[in-house]
Amino acid sequence: MAAHNLKHALFCAIVTLIISYPILGFNLVSEGIDVTLEGAKTSTVLGVLFAAVIVFLFQLFRDNIMGSLRQLPAVNPLANRKPMEQSKRLKLESILLTLMIIGALIWPFIASRGAVDLATLVLIYIMLALGLNVVVGLAGLLDLGYVAFYAVGAYTFALLSQYYGISFWLALPIGACLAALFGLVLGFPVLRLRGDYLAIVTLGFGEIIRILLNNMTSLTGGPNGIGGIPDPTLFGMEFGRRVKEEGNTSFHETFGIAYSGEHKVIFLYLIALVLAVITAVAIRRLMRMPVGRAWEALREDEIAAKSLGLSRTAVKLSAFTIGAFFAGFAGTVFASKQGFISPESFVFLESAIILAIVVLGGMGSQMGVILAAIAVTILPELAREFSEYRMLIFGAAMVLMMVWRPQGLMPMRRIHIELKRQE
Amino acid sequence: MQDLLYFIQQLINGLTIGSTYALIAIGYTMVYGIIGMINFAHGEIYMIGAYTALIAITGLTALGIAWLPLILIVALVCAMIVSSSMGWAVERVAYRPVRGKHRLIPLISAIGMSIFLQNYVHLAQGSRNIGFPALIEGGFRFGSDDSFQTSITYMQITIFATTLVCMTILSLFISRSRIGRACRAVSQDLGMANLLGIDTNRIISATFVIGAALAAVAGLLLGMYYGSIDPLFGFIAGLKAFTAAVLGGIGSIPGAMLGGLILGVAESMTSGYLSGEYKDVVSFGLLILILLFKPTGLLGKPEVEKI
Repeated sequence: MAAHNLKHALFCAIVTLIISYPILGFNLVSEGIDVTLEGAKTSTVLGVLFAAVIVFLFQLFRDNIMGSLRQLPAVNPLANRKPMEQSKRLKLESILLTLMIIGALIWPFIASRGAVDLATLVLIYIMLALGLNVVVGLAGLLDLGYVAFYAVGAYTFALLSQYYGISFWLALPIGACLAALFGLVLGFPVLRLRGDYLAIVTLGFGEIIRILLNNMTSLTGGPNGIGGIPDPTLFGMEFGRRVKEEGNTSFHETFGIAYSGEHKVIFLYLIALVLAVITAVAIRRLMRMPVGRAWEALREDEIAAKSLGLSRTAVKLSAFTIGAFFAGFAGTVFASKQGFISPESFVFLESAIILAIVVLGGMGSQMGVILAAIAVTILPELAREFSEYRMLIFGAAMVLMMVWRPQGLMPMRRIHIELKRQE
Repeated sequence: MQDLLYFIQQLINGLTIGSTYALIAIGYTMVYGIIGMINFAHGEIYMIGAYTALIAITGLTALGIAWLPLILIVALVCAMIVSSSMGWAVERVAYRPVRGKHRLIPLISAIGMSIFLQNYVHLAQGSRNIGFPALIEGGFRFGSDDSFQTSITYMQITIFATTLVCMTILSLFISRSRIGRACRAVSQDLGMANLLGIDTNRIISATFVIGAALAAVAGLLLGMYYGSIDPLFGFIAGLKAFTAAVLGGIGSIPGAMLGGLILGVAESMTSGYLSGEYKDVVSFGLLILILLFKPTGLLGKPEVEKI
């Protein structure tokens, strides 16, 4: 063991102590205007020391550890397997999808009300993530202000219903189209920018939308938000106990069943399910159309794609607009599910969560993104005691994914033609 | 006369804020100049600097030390040490392994790091904002008693002076010292600098450390100026500083200083003459406009796209 290693390990351990001890070891307590300092619990201090020792030992024996790790038999027996044949994979994927859809259809009738509500939220995130997947995963444009389009959809519905009494079904296409229009208008000038500049501009745009919503109090209600957003109706049938709008009938009276609050929840869930399936199918088709291939071509090599005659602006703009469209979709559903919206729901963190879903699932891979959306939404609910660590783990997971597996958990595989080897 | 005094007041406020933005912007611009990535977590490093400074100040006060210069210097040194270590560690853990991969990968890693650090401080210190003692009070006043008075507080003077000192030291360091020369060489051509025997990894670490140390200075100054800090306040400040860096031309150190001052004045004029709520809108709008019409910024060099 070289002295160099020892020095480096010692340095790393000291850095670990410096970055963790002052922040974790002392707690600032504010009482009124006075701020006092308290020592942290002994366990925290021991934890910090333990972490420093771990870092020291790891860095000291780094070469040995890395060497022996490499010599270990593959921990993951799947790591070295041959990729599945395409026809087999497609078959498996379609079986899995069918099972998922059947499961999703049965779900509201066997699960509790809270679980159905959560599932609706999962579906909204699936829509959002699938939409962002087009922009980030397929077209390779990092959009950090995606939540702005989501907000446009939600606020469109809320405002239209408040001022003009427009119903969910009419607001759905309007909200989505308006979000798409925002995408188009924003995209037109900014898509000339290079990748990381684009990310910052979209982030700024998202913040601008949120600040405007927060401050245009007379129109949007400011931080108080907009409440009383109506529920969707089924062919003029309302799901409330009493009919609110004239000319409508109520669902439970029409069918002669007892009123139950669950009907509404289940109905909303089914709407979200249908819309999520529409989103998934539409994007799946788009991916295989020339425009979808153009997205990927541009992501892989902009200059090559341009030299083959693709219009950079048109291709990027189409991806941006379509992504925004589906965010508007999701926004409308979200507004009607919550019945109340405020700028709080459309902060940057929301954009980051959606981005995290896309990254974890595997950029471009629809299956991966859907599974990641389910995992990211449900896991914090299951582990409630860890819920405050949720964002911490998110952040760490994003970094670790980028370092170890930038292609995501289920990387995208293109449909391709396999040539059979001549025997 | 009164209008003029009001205008001068806004100008002074703007230059004060702007000079701290410039301090943070240096970190963005140096990192971008060398490895071409946006260090998204830089705002969080600034926030951690502010927290460390507050912890040091509170600790020293509790120990019964009341001599102001000592408190400030100890707080500054503590904040710089912790922030620099953080900057070094962040580069090592989150950026070095993904260096050279597709442009989006380091950026996403940086966003993850930013969320991680925000929540790290949030969990350790709570999400409520904590009062930061105003250690330097008082100031000069101009104008007659019955009308609007322009004031320059000692705090503002401290901010100017500290920024000026930091910038001078940085300029000397970059232009005269061995590491500074190596920094410039690496930012011109990383591969060539490597061939000529410069330890590029070391230089990249050094830029992160320098940027983080300056951010910590800004953290202490702005914490005292605003009077309270919370775990989220690094995010917006980081964005502003990034805007300043882009405004001045990213990669250029004088550009970052200029950009910071312009941005600060623009913001303070907006809050003075329009409304405080729209100052963020103005700075982000400014960012978008610059990127659209002059992506190289005021003092930046145009970038040639190579195949």
